[in-house]
Amino acid sequence: MADQVLDAKGLNCPLPILKAKKALKSLEGGQVLEVLSTDPGSVADFSAFCRTTGNELVEQNEADGIYTYLIRKAG
Amino acid sequence: MSSTDLKPGIDPNTMSIIVTKGSLDWAYPPFILSTTAAAMGLEVTMFFTFYGLPLLMKDLSLQVSSLGNPAMKMPMMGMHMGMPNIVSAIPGVDAAASKMMKNLIKKKGVASIPELRDLAVEADVRMIACQMTLDLFEYSKDDMIEGVEIGGAATYIEVATQSHINLFI
Repeated sequence: MADQVLDAKGLNCPLPILKAKKALKSLEGGQVLEVLSTDPGSVADFSAFCRTTGNELVEQNEADGIYTYLIRKAG
Repeated sequence: MSSTDLKPGIDPNTMSIIVTKGSLDWAYPPFILSTTAAAMGLEVTMFFTFYGLPLLMKDLSLQVSSLGNPAMKMPMMGMHMGMPNIVSAIPGVDAAASKMMKNLIKKKGVASIPELRDLAVEADVRMIACQMTLDLFEYSKDDMIEGVEIGGAATYIEVATQSHINLFI
């Protein structure tokens, strides 16, 4: 489903966001990035990041302390 | 006055930060905010002055001090321990506290300052070094990383008039 997966587990703020931004750069508009994170702060941060940048937060889940985000690149 | 004489509005996606502190702990807020803002599409300028200036040096040897910092309580043996000033003042205690902090940073997956600074450079964050501070503390532009501009108060104020968010850290 995702065009690229970014494993940001174990990384703390702001690294998951910075690495997600980098990964999105390499994608085309409309493609989907899946991000895995263990940072509980990433829940609020990925929402804010997507609202500000116009990328779409398609889905977010949490299971066993791992947060998964599906982000569709804008454009 | 014709409408062409009016100053254009300030782009909301612009931010400036005055960086005045250069200890290991205080280096974090400006670099975390500048890299994150850049990742969120903002144009960011950092102005390094006084003790913030060493954060631009090629060789970073950042330290933290518990002296005069009652809020600095490190997790140790299942609790949080502060350091009385009289202990903090003993030679070697700052170095030990700095080592402990760096270990914690690594263990918790927090980025190092050199890593965040590299990311800021990569994200085209504009960095201005204060000329007066360079003179005052006898630093040279050659001591600093590539791409740093030199400027003074007027340079910063011009940036601030064109930035929607202006922070002093």
